[in-house]
Amino acid sequence: MASRVEILNQGGFRSDGRRQYELRDMSIDLSPQGTADGAAVVAHGLTQVMVSVFGPREAKMRSQTIHDRANINVELNIAAFSTGERRKRSRGDKRILEMAATIKSTFEPVVQTNLYPRCQIDIYVQVLQQDGGLLQTCVNATTLALINAGIPLLDFVCAVTGGVHSTSPLLDLTLLEENDIPHVTVAVMPKTAKVTLVTMETRLHVDRFEEIFRLAADAGKVVHAEMKSAVRARTGTLVAAMGAGPRAGAGETEKDGDGRMNEY
Amino acid sequence: MITFTSFPLPSEDAFNGTRQHHPDVAEEIMIDLDDEQDQWEAGGSKLTYPGEALTSSQAYMRGHGTYVDNEEVIASVAGTIERVNKLVTVRAIRTRYNPEVGDLVVGRITEVQPRRWKVDANSRQDAVLMLSSVNLPGGVQRRKLESDELQMRTFFEEGDLLVAEVQAFFSDGAMSLHTRSLKYGKLRNGQLVTIPPILVRRLKSHFIALPCGVDLILGLNGYIWVSKHVKESEQEGEEGFDAEAVYSNQNDTIDESTRAAISRVTNIIRVLASHFVPLTDTLLLEAYEWTVDQEGGAKDLLQEDVGDALVATITSRL
Repeated sequence: MASRVEILNQGGFRSDGRRQYELRDMSIDLSPQGTADGAAVVAHGLTQVMVSVFGPREAKMRSQTIHDRANINVELNIAAFSTGERRKRSRGDKRILEMAATIKSTFEPVVQTNLYPRCQIDIYVQVLQQDGGLLQTCVNATTLALINAGIPLLDFVCAVTGGVHSTSPLLDLTLLEENDIPHVTVAVMPKTAKVTLVTMETRLHVDRFEEIFRLAADAGKVVHAEMKSAVRARTGTLVAAMGAGPRAGAGETEKDGDGRMNEY
Repeated sequence: MITFTSFPLPSEDAFNGTRQHHPDVAEEIMIDLDDEQDQWEAGGSKLTYPGEALTSSQAYMRGHGTYVDNEEVIASVAGTIERVNKLVTVRAIRTRYNPEVGDLVVGRITEVQPRRWKVDANSRQDAVLMLSSVNLPGGVQRRKLESDELQMRTFFEEGDLLVAEVQAFFSDGAMSLHTRSLKYGKLRNGQLVTIPPILVRRLKSHFIALPCGVDLILGLNGYIWVSKHVKESEQEGEEGFDAEAVYSNQNDTIDESTRAAISRVTNIIRVLASHFVPLTDTLLLEAYEWTVDQEGGAKDLLQEDVGDALVATITSRL
């Protein structure tokens, strides 16, 4: 065992100094990107993902239109420089296609597609850095990008990865931990506590599953609070900026508005 | 604006730090303190996010941006809550253009189909411009002939820009446009700027002539056409309706100073949009004068510090 990194040491710390149930630092950037209707850059620790959403817009391919609801189209691209060893994946890579399909099926029941018949919503996911928990970051970033694009959702979708080391459960795994221990990704809608995604690529003991599943679902609520405050801050900034312009009002409120605008 | 009031909500953690009033009290306060309203609006009590329960579905009707689940009206987009009597709506802060009949839009032809054009107007579906709703050469009121159908590309081609009005909606929500006015039709002698549609407010006239020799068309869909000024008397049409000129693809000669003015106005619009400031003609004029005073070129505006200074100056002036 000497050559291998300890997943959980005697003191109850993990390889990056976190406790068992501690999540990594989460950073959210909701500023607009190019011509996209909505965009978000989300990082969980060192895993960073950028998502651009276009639409709802006219479907470019007639065959893809659905007469009573919108079609969601997800494309995933993993940057060659995102991992330790530089490796280019083709767009037709089975793993990438599978992950795009997972993201699509996660969001299909959450997006109110029936409001936009014969339209298409394009979601472009760009992975910039990878350090474990890739799917959870993609799901969280997609949620925020969709909200930023003003697309109606039933609720946020918050995803967290959970794993188990011998008998002790861990949350939000890094790449190092993901390679070593069985793990499961869970995405929840915090309001109703409905689960829209559970996925596993490793074998996990059936007795351990329930505990980890519950923990990950609870951790989703923590992620939700973080995402909620980011959305609130963004909406507040934009509303304040809009109010500062045409409405002739007191000088005080305007100064306040300017200060916030300069952040962008 | 007086109609907007807060809801008698069950207080939640999301409302921490904001004042809660009984609706009657709130109304009174808003009438009393007009300038406090801004701060109050931005303060957070009127903002919402997807999945937040707003009110009970038995007492209120749900509007756009909300859905009903378990007898609760729940927001489905992030934005501001608006209430008109018993109707609760959430207006998304950034979204695609939602057309209404009579709106003026600027669009780009994407496709030519039998007896119709498809027009991209920043909406959720491409708009339709029927051959029967454009003015054809040789008299404003005349029957459409088969020969017109065969030469549709001589009127509008893929990629052409046009200004039109929303005429009606199809059953699937797609909008139908018309250009049956001398003000509408193909665009030339200028350039297009795209901004979020929410920043274009409804005005008395969306055709604005700035004194610097620049004409503006503020499309409600967020597409803005900035072009060389055309004198009233030289406007095409009137009695003659010169089809050659209306459907021409040829730009007039535009002198150096007009070109500079056009790009200056375009860059001002870009800067204002990046700071999320709604456009009005007075604001644009102020901004134009300010930039001329600063003696910088049009391209300097796109530098961040100049843009910030511009927005800070004009928003404090108004």
